[in-house]
Amino acid sequence: MTVTGPPLPSARGELSAAVLSALLGGRPHAVSVDGRDPYGDDLQLALYLLYELHYQGFAGVPEEREWDVGLLALRRPLERRFLQALRADVPPLSDAEQALGDLLVEPVGHDGTSVSHHLERDGELWQLREYAAVRSLYHLKEADPHAWVIPRLRGRAKAAMVAVEFDEFGAGRAEEIHAQLFADLMRDLGLETAYGHYLEAAPAEALATVNLMSLFGLHRALRGALVGHFATVEVTSSPASRRLASALRRLGAGAAAQRFYDEHVEADAVHEQVVRHEVVGGLLDDEPRLEPDIVFGVHATGLLEDRLGAHLLKAWRQQRSALRVPLS
Amino acid sequence: MPHTPERLRRVVIDPGGPLLVEGPVKVALGDGSIATSRRFMVAICTCRRSRTYPWCDTSHRRRTKRDRELP
Repeated sequence: MTVTGPPLPSARGELSAAVLSALLGGRPHAVSVDGRDPYGDDLQLALYLLYELHYQGFAGVPEEREWDVGLLALRRPLERRFLQALRADVPPLSDAEQALGDLLVEPVGHDGTSVSHHLERDGELWQLREYAAVRSLYHLKEADPHAWVIPRLRGRAKAAMVAVEFDEFGAGRAEEIHAQLFADLMRDLGLETAYGHYLEAAPAEALATVNLMSLFGLHRALRGALVGHFATVEVTSSPASRRLASALRRLGAGAAAQRFYDEHVEADAVHEQVVRHEVVGGLLDDEPRLEPDIVFGVHATGLLEDRLGAHLLKAWRQQRSALRVPLS
Repeated sequence: MPHTPERLRRVVIDPGGPLLVEGPVKVALGDGSIATSRRFMVAICTCRRSRTYPWCDTSHRRRTKRDRELP
């Protein structure tokens, strides 16, 4: 039973309308996904709504519906369409060491395609606030989808994954949970810190980055992709966090706001090493046949992050909001 | 995790990267100050370029010269 949780957002098309109706107690009826944009607002929101039942749910939607077979049947064609599109759109590579090695190279100069480079050098406070609002969909449940992979791993990969997750969840201290540090950052930027508050405002590109983690986390068959995804996040986080911390300092954000990214510079420099050598290395030793999935996880993450970055930068360069609902 | 005579503390050298030491650790710096970290694993900078010295901040990474701009 539950009636608490974030409010349900409004529909963005037929698919999400059908899911919303089913969540509100209507009889689940499938809408064909044929011809629908796999990365578009409608499909991504429909998928997001269904995945959210595995995290904190929505106000007015009973908790038991997480495993409602009618809702699961609605979810399957949506995630198949999303997954097929990703598999078609990533490069057909399968060398994990090379895929992660490529991420370890940093540009010397300014990278005009990178949101963190932009925010560090040219970002304005309203853009930083939009960035935090968009990222809050993930950071307010930071590391949660990755915890689902733990029972699917063994030995070195499992031990190392749990150690990194322990850090993400505050190493035993509630006030240090990374999701809490992000809520503190949001408060410093004058944003609403309630879980799920910015779902209505989030563009499809942002929903897709979170749906990717849920997809990989919820499917045991995709454990290799989840590990590849996690490695990508940890490898790219430290230098990006340094740039974001620098942007926050330049724009005069508060101490808590700086703390979040300062913590990630240092923590993720460690996590990167542990994830590459122990989690990825351990999984490759244990289940070498998963190597193409690990690489798929790396490239799918890069693809969706690039799409989100391009969306944000395009709007900001035209001096307009990248959100569906501008911040007050 | 206790570091007993039976279970030795592990230190891993990443060639071209940091020194990985199981935490918690105290690092005595050349100027007499001491840095502490309570992480389960600590990455100690060996390239001396870190802006959070003695902790690694990934400044050792290889760099490409190419600037990138959006089309």
